[in-house]
Amino acid sequence: MPVSLANSKLIYETLKECDIRLVSALPETWLVHLIRMTDEDPEMTLVRLAKEEEAVGISAGAYFAGVKSAMLMQNHGFLASINGIVSFAHLYKIPLLMLISYRGSFGERDPWQTQGGNVTEPVLRALGIPYLLLDSVEIVKKRIRHAQTLAESSLQPVAILLTRDLMWDE
Amino acid sequence: MLRLDCIRSVYSELGDSLVVTIMGAVAAELQSLGHRPNFFYLQHAMGLASSTGLGLALCLPNKHVIVLDGDGSLLMNLGSLSTMARYRPRNLTQVVFDNESLLSVGGFPTATSTGTDLEGMARSAGVPRVVTVRDVENFRIAVCEAGHRKELTTIVAKVEATGPSGYVTELSLLENRFQFRRYIQSLSQH
Repeated sequence: MPVSLANSKLIYETLKECDIRLVSALPETWLVHLIRMTDEDPEMTLVRLAKEEEAVGISAGAYFAGVKSAMLMQNHGFLASINGIVSFAHLYKIPLLMLISYRGSFGERDPWQTQGGNVTEPVLRALGIPYLLLDSVEIVKKRIRHAQTLAESSLQPVAILLTRDLMWDE
Repeated sequence: MLRLDCIRSVYSELGDSLVVTIMGAVAAELQSLGHRPNFFYLQHAMGLASSTGLGLALCLPNKHVIVLDGDGSLLMNLGSLSTMARYRPRNLTQVVFDNESLLSVGGFPTATSTGTDLEGMARSAGVPRVVTVRDVENFRIAVCEAGHRKELTTIVAKVEATGPSGYVTELSLLENRFQFRRYIQSLSQH
C-alpha cells in the first residue's frame, strides 16, 4: 500500500502552476514523493526543517521577498506550529499556504497518529483558519489554486488537508 | 557592554541591509535610534526571527540580511541553527544579544546564565563562522566583517541585562509589516 505517486505528482504540478517557488517541509510518509519532487526540481527551493514552526518564519520571509511558498507538514507539525501561526501569520496578516497530511483519521492503522487526527479540524476551526479537504483527484487543481487565492486576498493562513483517500493507493 | 551601544555602533551600516529583530528591548532600542523602512520588528512569535531571516536570505541572495536575535528567543528555536547551517546563505548574519535573561518578562535567567554556550551550539550546528564579542568595538568590527565576508555568521554579543523602561512604540505592527514588504518590492523595480 504505497503513497500515491500519481496524486503526489498532480499536487506538485499544481503547486508549480501556482508559481510556488519555495517549499518548506518536514518529512512524513505521505509527503515523500512531494518532497523528492521538490528536491529534484532546479526551479524550486526546498527547505528541510528541524521543526514545522520554523516554516512560518521562512514563508513570511519569502512573502516579504515576493516569492510564493508552500508549507508541507503532517497535522502534528501543524499542531507544533500554532504559536507561530497565531503570533506571526495572524498578527501580521501573512498569507500561508499549508498542505497538511491528515493522519489519524478513518483508516489509520498507527495508534500514535489517532489523537492528532481527532483534534486537527477542531483546532483549525478554533484558530479561524479556512480549510478544505483534498479527497479526490478531480478537485485537486482547483482546490489548491483556490486556497492560494484566498490566502493572498485575505492575507491569512489557509489550509488544505491531504486525506488518505488521495495520498494512499489501497 | 550595553546592547543599545552595540546597535548604535552599527546603525549607520544598516541602511542597505534588511534587518529583522526580535521583540522587546531589541525592537524598542533599534526604533529609538530611528526607524527605517528596511527594519522589521517581529513583536512576538519568539524564535522565528532567525527563520524569517533565513527565508529572506534564500529568496534575496543579493541582499544582506541581518537578524538581531536574543538568547531567550534563540533557545526557543534551536533547530533554526541547524536549518540555517544546512543552507548557509552567504548573505545572512545572525546577531544574538545574550544578556542571560528573559528581560522583558521580568529578568528571569536563561540557560546561558548557567553555562549553555550559544557560540558552541551554533558552531556545532554547522554555522561556518561564529564569534563571541564582549565590547562595542569588536561588535562593530564583527558585524561589518560578516557583511563583507559573504559567509553565514553568528555573532554572540554578551550584553548587560538592562533595557528601556517600556517596549510599546508608536509604530503599529501592521504598518511596519506593509512598509517592509513595500520597501523590498521597490528594490526589485529599480
